[in-house]
Amino acid sequence: MTLQKHLIFTALGGIFLFAVTQQLEPFRNYQLATMAAYLCATAGLTILTGLNGQISLGHGALMAVGAYTMAFAQNGIGNLYLSLLLAMLATTAVGAIIGVAAARLRGPYLAGLTLAVALAIPAFTVTFDGLFNSEQGLPVSFTPPETLPIETWQALTAGGSALLVMFLLANVVSSRFGRAMRAVRDNEVAARLAGIHVARTQVLSFVISAAPAGLGGALLAFLAQNVSPGAFSLTLSLYLLLAIVIGGLGNLAGAVWGAFLLVALPDLTNSLTEGITASPELARKLDGNLALAIFGLTLIVVMLVAPGGLQSLVQRISHRIRKGRNHV
Amino acid sequence: MTEILQVRGLVAGYGAAPVLRDIDLTVPTGSIVTVLGANGAGKTTLLRTLSGLLRPTAGQILLDGKDLRRVKVERLVRLGMAHVPEGRGVVAELTVDENLRLGGLWRNDVNAAVAEVYELFEPLAQRKRNAGHLLSGGERQMLAIGRALVARPRLLLLDEPSLGLAPKITAQIMALLQKLRTQTGLTVLLVEQNARSALSVADSGVVMSLGRIATATTAQELRNAYLGS
Amino acid sequence: MDRFVFLTFDGLSNGAVYAAFALALVLIWRAARVVNFAQGAMAVAAAYAAYSVTQATGSYWIGFAAALGTGLMIGALVERAVMRFVGHANPLNEVIVALGLVLFIQAVLGMLYGNEFLPSHTPFSRNAIEVGGVPLLSRYDLFVFGAVAALVLLLALLFTKTSTGLRMRAAAFAPEVSRLLGVNVGGMLTLGWALASAVGALAAMLVIPTELGLNPHAMDLVFVTSFTAAVIGGLDSPPGAVTGGMAVGLILSYVSGYLGSSVTPIAVLALLLIVLLVRPGGLFSATVARQA
Repeated sequence: MTLQKHLIFTALGGIFLFAVTQQLEPFRNYQLATMAAYLCATAGLTILTGLNGQISLGHGALMAVGAYTMAFAQNGIGNLYLSLLLAMLATTAVGAIIGVAAARLRGPYLAGLTLAVALAIPAFTVTFDGLFNSEQGLPVSFTPPETLPIETWQALTAGGSALLVMFLLANVVSSRFGRAMRAVRDNEVAARLAGIHVARTQVLSFVISAAPAGLGGALLAFLAQNVSPGAFSLTLSLYLLLAIVIGGLGNLAGAVWGAFLLVALPDLTNSLTEGITASPELARKLDGNLALAIFGLTLIVVMLVAPGGLQSLVQRISHRIRKGRNHV
Repeated sequence: MTEILQVRGLVAGYGAAPVLRDIDLTVPTGSIVTVLGANGAGKTTLLRTLSGLLRPTAGQILLDGKDLRRVKVERLVRLGMAHVPEGRGVVAELTVDENLRLGGLWRNDVNAAVAEVYELFEPLAQRKRNAGHLLSGGERQMLAIGRALVARPRLLLLDEPSLGLAPKITAQIMALLQKLRTQTGLTVLLVEQNARSALSVADSGVVMSLGRIATATTAQELRNAYLGS
Repeated sequence: MDRFVFLTFDGLSNGAVYAAFALALVLIWRAARVVNFAQGAMAVAAAYAAYSVTQATGSYWIGFAAALGTGLMIGALVERAVMRFVGHANPLNEVIVALGLVLFIQAVLGMLYGNEFLPSHTPFSRNAIEVGGVPLLSRYDLFVFGAVAALVLLLALLFTKTSTGLRMRAAAFAPEVSRLLGVNVGGMLTLGWALASAVGALAAMLVIPTELGLNPHAMDLVFVTSFTAAVIGGLDSPPGAVTGGMAVGLILSYVSGYLGSSVTPIAVLALLLIVLLVRPGGLFSATVARQA
């Protein structure tokens, strides 16, 4: 029943995606593709943090694993779908390793450990520069199809991947395992008494959450046509966390909001700072930082006044409208 | 005789349903008044409301005629009201000496006040440097009462001092309360489940039931009614 | 052998800074049961204030004092305006809000000063003094040791010998009882944050000139390193934080000296992972499980 519902939603999403990509101008298609890449990661993180109550500042690093695997696979084999799959598998493996450690840690300890993972990424690329080519990174080569504009193709590939991720994760959420994840989040002791294997649930949650993050990273590499450590800094991990908090924890729809914001807000502040022509010095300082400041402030305000995030706000408003109608 | 504490029409609770309903209570200066009642009758909630840990939704609390509703919890002890909470509230991580000093840090004569407590409770003097968690139940109760006395209060709120103590130690504590009352004029509001020991020292008492005051009378009448002696 | 001696002293000097920063983390952890993930960003903000003041006055020491003062103020502000209002329903809330502060503070610093590295000066020479032909440690290293030793001593005196210290400890251990005893618990919490933030600012002032310079992200790695030090010490033990800081400083100095400085973040990650998985209670704590 839920499976049917999810299938219908996914099919509708696919039709919508196809129609939209035909209409959008190339730059907007590129943005849509970026949003889809982010959505994979935010959806994965939503599963982990929202459903299972584990925090991760390492999802940016997991995206980096996906992105570098993508680069290796594309430059070595060159089959896009195989590369995306390999990126997911590699990230799943790394996620399993972090997950085993994470299952023994809680709250701030887990946050600190994953923070260390995020900060170690550039160091890995420099230390093993024969493999990762240091700060310069690696190119990601591919041959675009001749029948489509490249941005449309990117948007379709990334959007299609994101839809698939959302479909699979939605089924996880409504599955027996999804209930186990929530039970562990709400009360570990009660979950254990109910016969749920807590540690196994937590490791699996991390793995399920890592795979789409790797896919998202691979998609980002595919979009940027290269991969370098600078793109996967700690800030990216903080971005992802903030996206899911603002969107609404524990709700896949919130992940969509979050991914949308990650693309829309910098775009908005960029057009704002471009308006400041008086001082190029000021414009340079505001560039990027303004979006970050707004993000940070929003994150704090949302946590203080609406811990449910945007999605809960939307639900509350639509609930009120529906109730209003019934009264008429 | 004047009243140090007057409570009128007090309503308080956690969340929607009030735990305390329409409480009236008068504590004459220099007396020992006991609050009796079964588990869950609202005795502890009453004390917590008097100290401001729980804000009343209606009614008045007057200490020497001064309304306490807008007074911060941490100011009350300076106004002369000390509260020994349920479970004694000995800070386990601090030493006996530190616990005692904590009782009157704002006072200029805190050292003298602490010294007096050591005279009053000699076992504590031998354990000055021991951490609170090393003390026995009886020592903890001495420490909790002693710490409250460091503030040199005029009104002492005591929540179940006899809980978990041997009858002999309970008797010692009750005797001490009586001694303090006669020597320093200390007023005591004593919450107890152990009616027998509380009534052995109290002048008057109230019986709480389901958040209300069911009976308010002299200790003698309460003894007659409840202990059958 | 000379190199080993040099690395040892260098590691101890860095370790002293990690110890100070870890102490700041422990201070807040003890007062509020919060790991302040924003501490690095807050400390950098204080260091920028010092930079501006030193630029304006030409005096390192006025800037140094400004850093400590700004640190105090930022700490008090963060507690009064933000942390006080965070719901405690979920232990993740405080972490997430602190991370929001990281984004916000670093972005504001970037807007005010730009994201480039600004030069950061030391009041004393960083050239190592040679003893018997072996370069041991610089005047600046001595200054770092002196500053951290003074800090540790002052904190120890504050907490064990003064009534304010007693109030702060009581407020942290038993907030409700402390209020009944006349302690302004909210005020003690603010003071704890202010103090920790000033300690963090001191650490930032000491460490930033020894690295690439002033930058909004200058304390990111120092934060994780000091967090590791604090975790080794058990997170609620001040002596543990100091010992942990020195130990981590030494280990990282050897790693960076013999394997290359780019390996340092990986070494931090490995250290943290080992400590968390092998000695979950830290070396100085009775805590059994890392559940917060």
